[in-house]
Amino acid sequence: MLTIGLTHYLVVAAVLFTLGVAGIILNRKNIIVILMSVELILLAVKLNFVAFSQSLADLTGQVFALFVLTVAAAEAAIGLAILVTFYRNRGTIAVEDINSLKG
Amino acid sequence: MQAVFFYLFATIMIASAGVVIFARNPVHSVLFLILAFCNGAGLFLLAGAEFLAMILIVVYVGAVAVLFLFVVMMLDVDFAELKQGFAKYLPVGVGVGVVVLAELGFVALGWSSAPSAADAAANPIIPQMSNTAALGQILYTKYVIFFQASALVLLTAMIGAIVLTLHHKPNIKRQKIDEQNARTRENVIEIKKVPFRTGV
Repeated sequence: MLTIGLTHYLVVAAVLFTLGVAGIILNRKNIIVILMSVELILLAVKLNFVAFSQSLADLTGQVFALFVLTVAAAEAAIGLAILVTFYRNRGTIAVEDINSLKG
Repeated sequence: MQAVFFYLFATIMIASAGVVIFARNPVHSVLFLILAFCNGAGLFLLAGAEFLAMILIVVYVGAVAVLFLFVVMMLDVDFAELKQGFAKYLPVGVGVGVVVLAELGFVALGWSSAPSAADAAANPIIPQMSNTAALGQILYTKYVIFFQASALVLLTAMIGAIVLTLHHKPNIKRQKIDEQNARTRENVIEIKKVPFRTGV
């Protein structure tokens, strides 16, 4: 209990991942919270990479976590830009209203 | 001591992640997302990834979370209306959550690595070298192509975000410096001979 091993990190990351997945379903109408849930999921993924990196004494996991972080930052920027453009055109951000393919 | 901090960071991180998805006000969601990331950085520190912990604070708390906050406050949206279906989706959400957690729990608890896995490390951690130096040592040599590729991803994201959000309003008066500089006395001043008491 008092020595923190790989399993502890895996369980914490699993709980965080679950909260992210549940957040996407619970806030199905609010796309901002959906984007935040995606960030939570990616944080759980990074936590797993870092935990395995420590457990196996291998730096590759940390390098991969760095790339995940890069992609997550790009995804947040693009997602919010699309959101702002959509709000400007339609005056709403409700996910249900995003149903027309022709702009 | 390490265990105490691990449980502290883990508890606060999971609790604030819960607030992120259950909060009524999205501003609270963003602020608790920041708290979750700070505690995630603490967990990274405990796992020996000092560089990633600092990058997490700089990139996420400093940039991404502030971007979220900016968008939430800029869009004038009735968030109470967006929250309406919450009770309807609660059973489905909790159900999916329980299933995912059970599956991940089975994997996390009933899993063991092969004893030879640690010997097969592609980039073994050298204890004498600091984490940042060791990461830089392999990031700029072995993974330089991926490093450049991630830079391209960021460039694409930057250009995409600018192109998506930049728009010119047609009815705004702007200064046209080149036209102003191109004005000469000959083509802007017209001299008229005005006959006495008749006007132009």
